[in-house]
Amino acid sequence: MRPHGIRSRPRTATPGRLVLEDGAIFPGVSFGAEESAAGETVFTTGMVGYPEALTDPSYRGQILTFTYPSIGNYGVPAWSAQRTRPSRSESAGEPIPRPRESERIQAAGLICSSYSENFSHHTADMSLGYWLREQKIPALTGVDTRALTKRIRIHGALLGRIEIDGKVAPRFLDPNRRNLVAEVSTRQVLRYGRRGLPLTMIDCGRKNNQVRMLLERGARVTVIPWDSDVGQVARDCAGVILSNGPGDPRMAATTVETVRALIRRRVPILGICLGHQILALAAGASTSKMKFGHRSHNQPCVETGTGRCYQTSQNHGFSVDGHSLQRGWTEWFVNANDGSNEGIRHRSGLWRSVQFHPEAAPGPGGTAWILDQFLEAIR
Amino acid sequence: MATRRKGAGSGNGRDGRMRVILLGSGALKIGEAGEFDYSGSQAIKALKEDGVEVWLINPNIATIQTSPGLADRIFLLPVEPRFVAKVIANGRPDGILISFGGQTALNCGLQLHRKGVLKRYGVRILGSPISAVEKTENRATFAREVRRIGLKVPRSGAARDLPSALRLARSIGYPVMARTGFTLGGKGSGIAAGETDLRRLLVEALSSSPQVLIEEDLTGWKELEYEVVRDRADNCISVCNMENVDAMGVHTGESIVVAPSQTLTDEEYFFLRDVAFQVIRHFQIVGECNIQFAIHPKTGDYRIIEVNARLSRSSALASKATGYPLARIAAKLALGHILPDLKNSMNETTTACFEPALDYLVVKMPKWDLEKFQGASHFIGSEMKSVGEVMSIGRSFEEALQKGCRMLGDGIRGLVGNDFNISQSLKDLSRPTPRRVFALAEALARGRTVEALHRKTGIDPWFLDKMARIVAVRDALRAARRRGPDPALLRRAKEHGFSDEQIGLETRRGAAEIARRRASAGLRPVVKQIDTLAAEWPVRTNYLYLTYHGQEDDIAPPAAGRRVMILGSGAYRIGSSVEFDWCCVSAAAAVRRMGYEPIVVNCNPETVSTDYDMGHTIYFEELTFERIQDIWRKEAPLGILLAFGGQIPNNHALACARAGMPVFGTHPRDIDRAEDRHKFSTLLDRMRIPQPPWVEVTSRREARKFSHRVGFPVLVRPSYVLSGAAMRIASDPVGLDSALRGAAEVSRSHPVVVSKFIEGAKELEADAVASQGAVLAVAVTEHVENAGVHSGDATVVFPPQKIYLETVKRIREITAALARGLNITGPFNVQFLAIDNEVMVIECNLRASRSFPFISKVSGVDFVDLATRAMMGAEVEAVPESLLDLDHVGVKAPQFSFSRIKGADPALRVEMASTGEVGCLGEDLPEAFLKAIIAAGFRLPERRHVLLSIGTLKAKTRFLPQARALRDLGFTLYATRHTSRFLEENGIGNIRLYKIHERRQPSLLDYIVPDRLDLIINIPAGYDRRELTDGYIIRRRAADFGIPLITNAQLAELLIKSIGMK
Ligand SMILES: Nc1ncnc2c1ncn2[C@@H]1O[C@H](COP(=O)(O)OP(=O)(O)O)[C@@H](O)[C@H]1O
Ligand SMILES: Nc1ncnc2c1ncn2[C@@H]1O[C@H](COP(=O)(O)OP(=O)(O)O)[C@@H](O)[C@H]1O
Ligand SMILES: [Mg+2]
Ligand SMILES: [Mg+2]
Repeated sequence: MRPHGIRSRPRTATPGRLVLEDGAIFPGVSFGAEESAAGETVFTTGMVGYPEALTDPSYRGQILTFTYPSIGNYGVPAWSAQRTRPSRSESAGEPIPRPRESERIQAAGLICSSYSENFSHHTADMSLGYWLREQKIPALTGVDTRALTKRIRIHGALLGRIEIDGKVAPRFLDPNRRNLVAEVSTRQVLRYGRRGLPLTMIDCGRKNNQVRMLLERGARVTVIPWDSDVGQVARDCAGVILSNGPGDPRMAATTVETVRALIRRRVPILGICLGHQILALAAGASTSKMKFGHRSHNQPCVETGTGRCYQTSQNHGFSVDGHSLQRGWTEWFVNANDGSNEGIRHRSGLWRSVQFHPEAAPGPGGTAWILDQFLEAIR
Repeated sequence: MATRRKGAGSGNGRDGRMRVILLGSGALKIGEAGEFDYSGSQAIKALKEDGVEVWLINPNIATIQTSPGLADRIFLLPVEPRFVAKVIANGRPDGILISFGGQTALNCGLQLHRKGVLKRYGVRILGSPISAVEKTENRATFAREVRRIGLKVPRSGAARDLPSALRLARSIGYPVMARTGFTLGGKGSGIAAGETDLRRLLVEALSSSPQVLIEEDLTGWKELEYEVVRDRADNCISVCNMENVDAMGVHTGESIVVAPSQTLTDEEYFFLRDVAFQVIRHFQIVGECNIQFAIHPKTGDYRIIEVNARLSRSSALASKATGYPLARIAAKLALGHILPDLKNSMNETTTACFEPALDYLVVKMPKWDLEKFQGASHFIGSEMKSVGEVMSIGRSFEEALQKGCRMLGDGIRGLVGNDFNISQSLKDLSRPTPRRVFALAEALARGRTVEALHRKTGIDPWFLDKMARIVAVRDALRAARRRGPDPALLRRAKEHGFSDEQIGLETRRGAAEIARRRASAGLRPVVKQIDTLAAEWPVRTNYLYLTYHGQEDDIAPPAAGRRVMILGSGAYRIGSSVEFDWCCVSAAAAVRRMGYEPIVVNCNPETVSTDYDMGHTIYFEELTFERIQDIWRKEAPLGILLAFGGQIPNNHALACARAGMPVFGTHPRDIDRAEDRHKFSTLLDRMRIPQPPWVEVTSRREARKFSHRVGFPVLVRPSYVLSGAAMRIASDPVGLDSALRGAAEVSRSHPVVVSKFIEGAKELEADAVASQGAVLAVAVTEHVENAGVHSGDATVVFPPQKIYLETVKRIREITAALARGLNITGPFNVQFLAIDNEVMVIECNLRASRSFPFISKVSGVDFVDLATRAMMGAEVEAVPESLLDLDHVGVKAPQFSFSRIKGADPALRVEMASTGEVGCLGEDLPEAFLKAIIAAGFRLPERRHVLLSIGTLKAKTRFLPQARALRDLGFTLYATRHTSRFLEENGIGNIRLYKIHERRQPSLLDYIVPDRLDLIINIPAGYDRRELTDGYIIRRRAADFGIPLITNAQLAELLIKSIGMK
């Protein structure tokens, strides 16, 4: 399209503002879809990976603030829906290529300090703003994101709404009251890969890189809806992956039930992020809402036993209460900064889960061995 | 714990305390500057926290690390195996740290290891294993090892001689990059388009290093750098990644650099991080390490360029950019700690095993001083030539870039709106020069497209587009000339990093009016903290910057405290470097001891004064008047100390006073009376203090008239400059004309001063402190070289060894008189000429001078502490003279970097050219002197083959005794035509060497190579600039081949005397 990927389309800047439930107002300028939106205001401190983050279903219903000021620099790659939509048929489908982690932007809105409409990268052919407008997601630039972040840090995640001048402002709404998992989970069964170790992924809002990495490791993945029944889940599979996903794990009661049944049937399970919380609930532990959660690429997690510390990519607002673990279960990882639980495993070696994202995207690699280890264990 | 586990204090009866030696980096030179004072002092602090006893070896007397109180013992000795071995033999340390003193320390450590010294005395190298250092330093081995683990390095091979190198190049295919191992700052490396180029490069490369690496040319690829850390438990973190705005082909030290990277996707960013980890794991790095990458802009393909298994310039930058103390952590890891056990020193609660998240971006800009080197090429490339750097912080690239431009000083107003000449750079934008970035802006303004400039320069369109946006704002401002900028436009301009002065310039208004408009529009910058975690965790840091991208201050306006603002020195440059950082740090410490809270303003990432661990508030900011005012409004300090950061802060004195910001110490009016030649000269006349005759001229005619009246030679210079920029000596009308042309070009706004140049005068200085006009302490120093060699390039002796007490007495009187006359309170420096016991004053600076750390450390009297207390109005006793007459001698010797500046004439003159200095102590002058010059890189002649080429007959005659002495010391004398004949006539046998054009053997060219001559004494005939004389060729080759060179008669005399006595 544009020879050097620079799109310079002069747009008249419409003023807008982010209004928080506590009355705070952060003025900015609109660069996304010109419509207002409401959600839970959260921040991520990752410095790269806005396409991955925006399409991460775990951000469903949230207004995502980037603390790194300059956003949009390397644009967004083309997205030809045909090429990337997984096949409805029984035949093998293709997971969506990077950098997208799901088929659409999941965040309710975007807030940043210094947006670059002009971008530059050999893989890019549309600006972030163009993509947001195409996806009908509002976004503000010119916001004092550090002031906003400090506010969230002090008061905890706050409900907020993006108001664009001349558009009716919606009411505040708390996405955690909705069943976000149901919103983002696949509606039909998806099959990836023809041969290899059969795995079933219960999709609570999966990031595609989980599928990609399992395929790379010679597995064949069947992705099923969050509320599938045990029978369907356990059907010819060597193990089950509980994917990540948005919101409060207790909203996914059905999935928790299914997982209990799977545990009874002694089906090996690996949980990731929300999947980790669901496994914990199924195992009789408790979860609770964090003040403002972990959303960053630099969460240090220490593996109990080895003392090794890993930089992990995270995105969650709820966490497992480490002390509530039942007999047979132990903490696998602990957050080196706030001591919160970052993973659990069962004595039997059958069930394990991590709060962070071994699949990264966005964020640092270095914990993919968690997948290898699981596959090793169930081969 | 860890320390003991690692056999701390193994015996040696040191109550179980571990003893380590830390090697410093010696004098500041191009490629190795202040950053190592920062890393070193931080490491020393970290080690001492663990109860380790630290012995520091570093001859750089101007550094903070060599100040009493940090290391347990300080050795002002050359960082040289011979000297270090002695210290080891006496001290029997348990370990040695070689990664905190740059390439100098690393190389010295390697040699100690190879010579078996470390083994003999059972000294462990702490940190990365020596094998890691050896493998990463040898480019060929490195490439092999990295390929073996399946990672990509440029196609390349190593060669030890010309033929094999040429063969190699052919197989790789031109253009190729030729580089040498064991160097810093890319010495002797470059890109060869074809065989002839390569031949030229190789001669030199092979002379400075045993082997060269020929490799695939990656010019135009993106260049990136990662700062990574690994502990003994194999935990790895990537602390900071940086992207060079200038593409591959421009040395990282020469590039504008931005942190974090701006044009990498998540996939690329973390892919390179993983590669970096694979590399440091393979080499078993323990501590800090920097790794450079190239990425192809269109394919995303990558190459690993190099790894430095030590703290580096980039690691200092990374520490300042992120707030992560790399040197501190590296030191802890070297002691055996592991990352998760260490805390993030920014908040003391979270772990140090994390990767900082920035919520701002940082731009580093190099500072060049090429104008100071006559004959130097103004192009930059894969070799380092910059002498310093600045770091700016902003919340948009535009803001940070323009701040960075201003931080460079020299009246640069930003990316646009400058009045210096860029036509040179504009002509060919594909060839990088120090001014290219400004030329790019101009090109964009003239309608060149981002795409076109990208193709020409390889600079990523993203960066060019940001420059274009700055230009667009400039145009908007011009369009608003009639009505003046409205609040919206003002805000936009400010967010794009425009200063009031810039805005005023474009809208044809004064900066003051813009400031007013800004104020009435409520436009003020906000204060933000640097906290390593992007506000995710609460912090109490005093590490601050200002930005216009924000609506609220991070820190509440402090309640009325007793704050004192201290202005730092800005970018290191020739004539202003680490010595002024020492002054600022010492001043900050002094005011803190007095119960005040120091606030330091500085923008130089190499400094210790910007270390957030120094116990003072830091504004990492511009040293412009506008910013000083902004900070003043935020902090409401009691007053400003600006006498310790060199000339840049000093120049703000009057403006600050006028704006109602009290300046501590000498009243700015009096500072001006000393700075302004007319006022100063009148004062001298009134006090009957002699001075060389001078006039201020605005036309050539006046200049000629004056010169004829007082007689040649005359000295031509613009006023108000430090380090003699554009100063010339003219010995005849022709020289005068060219000198005037030169001077006018350097600073149009300043008038030109012509003064009688006094030949054969001794030069002396008085560094002093006074309180309300009464002198508290005076240190008189003596230059070895006669007047005519800039005080910054002179070899300085303290206390004086060969001047009459009469002269010293006179100097003390004059110093006291000036203190009275200028009603001085604080530090000052007076420069004198002494000729047949008449003493004249050439200048007087009412601020701390370059030599303050030297005299303070040699005498043990902290002149800065004294001055600060006086300025803060404390009761201060005068220092008894007895304290300052010492029974030992200190010698301060200059460090030159001529080898790095292609074409520069390495002769001493009135313009300062040295990039650093060392200071050594001795029982007598010869001992101190020899130590000092060795520490400054001078190799004593072992084979004793000396080339003599003495300019004038007068000089030849004067030199005779030295020539005899050399012969008697068993030197083989070689000489050029006239010198040779002269020596023959005086019965001194010598071998004549023939000039190129003489076409006879033995020829100069064949002889001026290493391992033929090991000393060259060349005393230039005149003072005038005359490039490409034979003298120049001799001097230049000496520099290119690293042969010790002496170009001053007095220096030669002292050297020969000293060699004779030892
Ligand atoms: N193969 C190459 N092609 C083009 N430029 C190169 C190549 N290798 C290095 N450079 C340039 O030369 C500079 C110096 O090389 P480097 O390996 O970093 O040596 P140094 O030890 O001086 O840092 C690099 O910063 C890069 O810009
Ligand atoms: N009138 C003079 N006669 C001889 N040498 C001089 C004279 N004036 C200055 N110099 C030499 O030039 C050097 C630089 O001059 P100075 O006035 O100190 O400039 P700067 O302000 O750069 O220090 C001095 O150190 C001295 O060696
Ligand atoms: Mg390098
Ligand atoms: Mg001077």
